[in-house]
Amino acid sequence: MNNSRESVHTETDAALRTRALESLLVEKGLLTTDIIDEVVQKYEQDVGPLNGAKVVARAWSDPNYKRRLLANGTAAIAELGFGDAHGSKIVVLENTASVHHVVVCTLCSCYPWSVLGLPPSWYKSYAYRSRVVREPRVVLREFDLELSDSVEIRVWDSNSDLRYMVLPERPANTEDHSEKQLVSLVTRDSMIGVAKIEAPAK
Amino acid sequence: MQQADRQIATMEAQIALPRENGELIFQAPWEARAFGLAVALNQQDLYECREFSAELAATIATADQNNDPANYYTRWIASLEELIITKGLLSREQLDAKTAEYAAGIDNEHEH
Repeated sequence: MNNSRESVHTETDAALRTRALESLLVEKGLLTTDIIDEVVQKYEQDVGPLNGAKVVARAWSDPNYKRRLLANGTAAIAELGFGDAHGSKIVVLENTASVHHVVVCTLCSCYPWSVLGLPPSWYKSYAYRSRVVREPRVVLREFDLELSDSVEIRVWDSNSDLRYMVLPERPANTEDHSEKQLVSLVTRDSMIGVAKIEAPAK
Repeated sequence: MQQADRQIATMEAQIALPRENGELIFQAPWEARAFGLAVALNQQDLYECREFSAELAATIATADQNNDPANYYTRWIASLEELIITKGLLSREQLDAKTAEYAAGIDNEHEH
């Protein structure tokens, strides 16, 4: 008798076995196709940096929303229907020409996944966690982010009760952009604080 | 779902899920199905996340030892099968038979 660990080798096998598994589980009434569809959709579309990008684009477009967001991140993010089901608070930090915020979790890998999706692997690396606190300017340079000496860098340490998200600076040449267009400019890294958003070509 | 979210976000090193710019990436539709099946089964409380993680880690260790070049989701689905069989949800015979049935279907399609 074969063990699946050693018998499933090629991707064609794997694709067939996936299909077989799904249809047997559905036949047996353990799952429905709808439940599987829902899970796949959620991960493909709902959880990802897109939620965070919507928050940022709204804050850039609506000064009142921005004020609420900076005053109470959790509540303002909930207004858009996003939030952390574990009940941890989200604090939003605004990057400006003179202050640059960057987020880390020195203990483990706490991350505002409800707005930013799954954390990148470097975020969880020991190197990032230990070095960004000690030498943020050097670490940011390694991310190709060169900040002038006059810019103050603030490093924020997330924990299980409190997660941080960065509101990046709105790039130049976006005065005529709709909120929807703005969403597409916002990157995950800019909301962690390891990148700025490039101005689109005029 | 929340427990699964948390678990997925903390799956690290060898068992970490392939991603791009923070998003999960699937190279083919079946990979997304394989992922969805595992999460959905967990959501229905048919097993615990850590049981699946342990199974996946074991598969990856075995495959690495044998220099098996199988990709991530190939290992994923093999692990899921093992867990489902161990849990008595389906039998290996059922799975093999159904897979053979689909494989035969593909062969027929190729003859046209």
